[in-house]
Amino acid sequence: MIRVEAPLIAKERRPGQFIILQVEHDYGERIPLTVADADIEEGSITLIFQTVGRTTHQLAELEVGDAITDLVGPLGQPTHIEKVGRVICVGGGIGVAPLHPIAQAMKAVGNEVHIIIGARNKDLIILEEEMGRIADELIVCTDDGSYGRKALVTAPLKELCEAEPRPALVVAIGPPIMMKFCAETTRPYAIPTVVSLNTIMIDGTGMCGGCRVTVGGETKFVCVDGPEFDGHLVDFDNMMKRLNAYKGEEDHHHEEYHCKLEQALGEKS
Amino acid sequence: MSHPTPEQLEQAAKETLAGLEARTEALKPKERMTIPAQEMPTQDPLARRGNMNEVALGYSTEQARIEAERCLQCKNAPCVDGCPVRIDIPGFIQAIADGDMQKSIDIIKRDSLLPAVCGRVCPQETQCQAHCTVGKALKDVNKAVSIGRLERYVADYEREHGHQEQPAVKPETGKRVAIIGSGPASITVAGDVRREGHHVTMFEAFHKTGGVMVYGIPEFRLPKKIVQQEIDMLQAMGVEIETNYVVGRTRKLMDLITEDGFDAVFVGTGAGLPKFMRIEGENLVGVFSANEYLTRSNLMRAYDRDRADTPIYPSRKVAVLGGGNVAMDAARTAVRLGADEVHLVYRRTEVEMPARVEEVEHAKEEGVIFHLLQNAKRIVGDEQGRVTGMECLKYELGEPDASGRRRPVEVKGSEFMIDLDTVIIAIGNDSNPLIKQTTPELETNKWGNIVVDEDGKSSIDRVYAGGDIVLGAATVILAMGEGRRAAAAINRMLTGG
Ligand SMILES: Cc1cc2nc3c(=O)[nH]c(=O)nc-3n(C[C@H](O)[C@H](O)[C@H](O)COP(=O)(O)OP(=O)(O)OC[C@H]3O[C@@H](n4cnc5c(N)ncnc54)[C@H](O)[C@@H]3O)c2cc1C
Ligand SMILES: Cc1cc2nc3c(=O)[nH]c(=O)nc-3n(C[C@H](O)[C@H](O)[C@H](O)COP(=O)(O)OP(=O)(O)OC[C@H]3O[C@@H](n4cnc5c(N)ncnc54)[C@H](O)[C@@H]3O)c2cc1C
Ligand code: SF4
Ligand code: SF4
Ligand code: FES
Repeated sequence: MIRVEAPLIAKERRPGQFIILQVEHDYGERIPLTVADADIEEGSITLIFQTVGRTTHQLAELEVGDAITDLVGPLGQPTHIEKVGRVICVGGGIGVAPLHPIAQAMKAVGNEVHIIIGARNKDLIILEEEMGRIADELIVCTDDGSYGRKALVTAPLKELCEAEPRPALVVAIGPPIMMKFCAETTRPYAIPTVVSLNTIMIDGTGMCGGCRVTVGGETKFVCVDGPEFDGHLVDFDNMMKRLNAYKGEEDHHHEEYHCKLEQALGEKS
Repeated sequence: MSHPTPEQLEQAAKETLAGLEARTEALKPKERMTIPAQEMPTQDPLARRGNMNEVALGYSTEQARIEAERCLQCKNAPCVDGCPVRIDIPGFIQAIADGDMQKSIDIIKRDSLLPAVCGRVCPQETQCQAHCTVGKALKDVNKAVSIGRLERYVADYEREHGHQEQPAVKPETGKRVAIIGSGPASITVAGDVRREGHHVTMFEAFHKTGGVMVYGIPEFRLPKKIVQQEIDMLQAMGVEIETNYVVGRTRKLMDLITEDGFDAVFVGTGAGLPKFMRIEGENLVGVFSANEYLTRSNLMRAYDRDRADTPIYPSRKVAVLGGGNVAMDAARTAVRLGADEVHLVYRRTEVEMPARVEEVEHAKEEGVIFHLLQNAKRIVGDEQGRVTGMECLKYELGEPDASGRRRPVEVKGSEFMIDLDTVIIAIGNDSNPLIKQTTPELETNKWGNIVVDEDGKSSIDRVYAGGDIVLGAATVILAMGEGRRAAAAINRMLTGG
């Protein structure tokens, strides 16, 4: 988790929006991250990220006071926030971060908010306390049962779909496979389900089309039309394949990075 | 194909020039027409397949002098009518013939702010050179006086000899102008408005300035340092530049006027919305818009494999769909990124190709395989959703359509497959809707282009627009011309009111 000074973005951002940043100006990769929180007075935004590849590693190594060379935003359409009744917010892994401001806003307009947090194990659970403060009910589950309920998030989601009053809206954010199954879970109950897609992006302004997904048979750009879409219409299978487009390349980069890192550490000691 | 080396061309030019200089009386027009047209020295086609360096190397001094002697100095100068900004073409060419390069560039700069760029990328054969008397007399537009190459020569001469002077800036007026985007239209407005002493802030969405000239047109056609110098010049004049700033998102357009105190806004956001074919398989892994492909390569420097973080798809067999400059750039970039086979698929014939003739020639020399009168029908993939091939259809030319070009009609039952791992779609760009979406009162036409009056003013007071966002995907020189017009109107408004 990092806090970054970005007064304009702090002021303009709405729940559901994201930024794109770059750690190294000339050769760096541009990566999107959700604005998890913002403090207008302080002029700062909070980003929460998982270190998966080169850029997120570089980001994690920054020290307090370091500057990020390039940061642009807020991008994407803000979440549509409305009082609808009972809202279920489902967050998987790092997806809890983008979910946080949405849950907050849903609560603020008077919805009854139930939150389900899921992670592979206890160590990967984030923002439990913060979510607990918002939620009328908080359910935590882990895949391995090391904390909370031993279940996938879809199990408590299904129970809530069957409970009365019926949820008016489900918001699911997490790995694509989780969002896909959340959407499958709610489909039989015809409960509107919003998902937030984390496709690969470059510009974030609709210029490259790299972030495109198929929604209801039409091509949409996640960075300008999204990132939120009707989960029942998203072609998740195609999206997951597209996310793996650079798989071989990135793993290679990632390994190389670790090698360099180890080398550097070896030299130091 | 024999490829003359730059040395050979220079040697030939020296001999020709010696012959011309030995003459005492003035050349007659008939004689001028016998002077050999000077060929552009280029990097060897095989060598350049493996590097990103500029392909066209530029005339030597001797070549420039000879080419200038080919100009007949026509009284009515039909070439000027073909230039969107009406550069005094015979004037600047005469100065080259006289050996006064500084005078030559000064003449050009009265009308064009970006000669080093336009000399390189203007579609001369359809603009100035299309009207040239020499080309007409020799019945071959390719034999016209090479106006663009001469323009490039003097612009490069000025840059390389360090004479580039910073335009004078008038005393501060206290007025502030916001410019959205940093492409050629915006660069022009920034320069012209700043000169009048108004404060200028340029907002660019990307982390680098220059617009399509930087993230679209590749290094091998337009070196980034040329564009950078124009930006450096603006900064030296006191123009403020804010990168990573998306107007409409980071700040709404109208907030710039109502809250941030700008007296005028110029919108030069370009035509950044890639068109897709709407065919089956278009969202498979390995299908890219040319914008994405070129941006990864140019802006993120994916071609510099040792240093760049951005991955580029490991392509072996690539097809590019389209026939414009964008398609040529994508195909030639794919060649340089190491593809074994690059196919260019275009549904009309070479005559109808909108690309610059020189780029088509260069693409062929570099081994791009042309498939004319063919078009993609669907793209097919494997279980992982990766492209494995493309089904194409053959076409023939039918009756002329509204654009006057003969319409391609498909040949029934002519389907065939090409094996591929990558498809790049380069069939054009629509206007980026971001500004419109976030500024509903801004009037646009059905293609999403901003509607402006003859001053470049939009439907909103104090808001002007120009370049591709007004014209649809067009050219650098047109964007520059529009910028000049809008800047003049902005300057009038600011000093008048
Ligand atoms: C709108 C949006 C909001 C996002 N918000 C957050 C957030 O708040 N916190 C967070 O940790 N991450 C978020 N992501 C995902 C984040 O952008 C990626 O994790 C990041 O790009 C990885 O960069 P890297 O260089 O570290 O890894 P890379 O080396 O680029 O990739 C490492 C691995 O991650 C996969 N990958 C690459 N890009 C993505 C991606 N965009 N999404 C999922 N997997 C990817 C690759 O296939 C590869 O296997 C968001 C993505 C989007 C589109
Ligand atoms: C690959 C390619 C090859 C080409 N080849 C040629 C050629 O050979 N000859 C020729 O004459 N023309 C060529 N063109 C066309 C030419 O580049 C364009 O016509 C010209 O650049 C248009 O200039 P512009 O100033 O309107 O905008 P652009 O150059 O498109 O610049 C617009 C800028 O605005 C920025 N922007 C967009 N939205 C926002 C926002 N909301 N906030 C802040 N900034 C924003 C963009 O990031 C971009 O930097 C080519 C185009 C491409 C794509
Ligand atoms: S700016 Fe372009 S059209 Fe005008 S003279 Fe130069 S090359 Fe020709
Ligand atoms: S038309 Fe051709 S020959 Fe005549 S002035 Fe122009 S460039 Fe020279
Ligand atoms: S990231 Fe380029 S269009 Fe969405």
